[in-house]
Amino acid sequence: MNELDQLYQQVILDHAKRRIGSPLVDPAAGELHGESHQHNPICGDQIRVRVAVGENDHFTAMSWEGDGCSISMASASVLSEMLPELTKDEFLDKLEVFREMMRSRGAMVPDEEVLEDAAAFVGVSKFPARVKCAMLAWVAAEAAMLGASA
Amino acid sequence: MHTVIGHPEATEALSLSEVERIKADFEILEHQVNGTDLVYLDSGATSQKPRCVYEAEQHYYENANSAVHRGAHSLAVEATDIFEQARETVAKFIGARSNELVWTSNATEALNLISYSMSNASLGRGGDEAQRFRLGAGDEILVTELEHHANLIPWQELAFRTGATLRYVPVDEQGALRYEMLDELINSRTKLVAFTHVSNVLGTITDVARFVSAAKAVGALTVLDGCQSVPHMPIDVKSLDVDFMAFSGHKMLGPTGIGALYGRAELLDAMPPFLTGGSMITVVDMEHAEFLPSPQRFEAGTQRVAQAHGLATAASYLDEVGMDRIASWEEHLGAMLFEGLSNIEGVRVFGPSDIARIGTVPFEVIGVHPHDVGQYLDSRGIAVRVGHHCAQPLHRALGVSATTRASTYLYNTEQDITALIEAVASVREYFGV
Repeated sequence: MNELDQLYQQVILDHAKRRIGSPLVDPAAGELHGESHQHNPICGDQIRVRVAVGENDHFTAMSWEGDGCSISMASASVLSEMLPELTKDEFLDKLEVFREMMRSRGAMVPDEEVLEDAAAFVGVSKFPARVKCAMLAWVAAEAAMLGASA
Repeated sequence: MHTVIGHPEATEALSLSEVERIKADFEILEHQVNGTDLVYLDSGATSQKPRCVYEAEQHYYENANSAVHRGAHSLAVEATDIFEQARETVAKFIGARSNELVWTSNATEALNLISYSMSNASLGRGGDEAQRFRLGAGDEILVTELEHHANLIPWQELAFRTGATLRYVPVDEQGALRYEMLDELINSRTKLVAFTHVSNVLGTITDVARFVSAAKAVGALTVLDGCQSVPHMPIDVKSLDVDFMAFSGHKMLGPTGIGALYGRAELLDAMPPFLTGGSMITVVDMEHAEFLPSPQRFEAGTQRVAQAHGLATAASYLDEVGMDRIASWEEHLGAMLFEGLSNIEGVRVFGPSDIARIGTVPFEVIGVHPHDVGQYLDSRGIAVRVGHHCAQPLHRALGVSATTRASTYLYNTEQDITALIEAVASVREYFGV
């Protein structure tokens, strides 16, 4: 696979089209929820992410709306699929692994057990200019989680 | 070849063999990118440099480096000569006199220089002769919706600092300036009109005379952003009849770190300085200082001598090729781009088709984000710009957040344009759209 095909793996192109978790869903009354709007001033990509947290710090939902390249939109879609299975701590652990992969310049072999579909973004790490695209939804989800209130 | 308004005299464009010879002067254009020949179509962002430009800088450092306008030793004299000769060359290149050309770091600094000098005048600096630079509540600054952020934000900030009101000439849905609104927008309250000569996004050429005559009728100052015009067409500031013009060196084959502000001599000599410090004064005591006339009053601190020399070398290179012939060649490439991209199914080209433009064409591939388009083109060795090109308001007016922009220069060949068009035609297939 050449570098471009590693960047645009089929799973990424599919997610960019399917946009799981989009559009935004209104939180249920009394539900613990948070929202964050993130913007990449370099390219103009932007995303608004909403997360809901239930019992035992378990995420119950992530929804989002955004405008951006296939990498940033696919990343939000993949995360929306993963997040409702996770606790806050599990998410923060995965975020750390994802961030490490993004900074690896293609050197890290991703652990698919931990990262699931997000492992497909390993090709992005060879393109430093695109790392922010892949990180945008994750950063937004973290900020939404930290700011969550009922 | 078709003729376009703005280049009234039919000039013979560069021949194919001339372009090949020119291209050979640019070392970087012989490089391979991602295993394929580099096709550089991002000169609107920054141009490549011919060998003579960086050799001139090197020659300066090897033979004449020293501080200008100070010191009595031989090197200082030689450096000062080179520096002032560079000013004369670049001033002549735009039809100005030497004392009307102020060196700046870039065009952004040149525009900020006017903005902050007017602020200082508004605070009372500069005495009676600075009266026409003073702004206050009730005064208006006029810009356009086409502007690069560098010719917008300095005026927003000037309005905030002085209480003046910022207004703008809108564009229509194609991105054409709505000239019919000038009569209403330029009125007795208007003190300054800042507008671009060529849109950095659309490549369209502004009818400067229309702005100038409306501004002159009410006594407003005019500021022209020449960043995208000075590198690509013959410029004569006296016939354009603007009060100020900013342009950058790196977009016209020159080094980074150097730009210039043209200003009519009587205005520059009356305007209070922006940056203050060494080399711009006559007498200093502990309470106050007297300033030199222009251009020195705007050139505080150690100057960019090597860069000025490099830029003058670039201007001479362009002069030797002939700006009118460069303009004709780029008009030809621009027409090829516009037509070739417009004919691709699923590609939309932005900008009005009935306004003269330089070789700059923004487009979108329907269903594929510009960043993905740019990435795909890069994999085929083609460099273009993607994003909002520092013109968010214009993109909003066009109804998009980002575009892909191809922009040419004198070293681009017809093969470069063909390579781009072929690559763009396969983008949708690659992304499965």
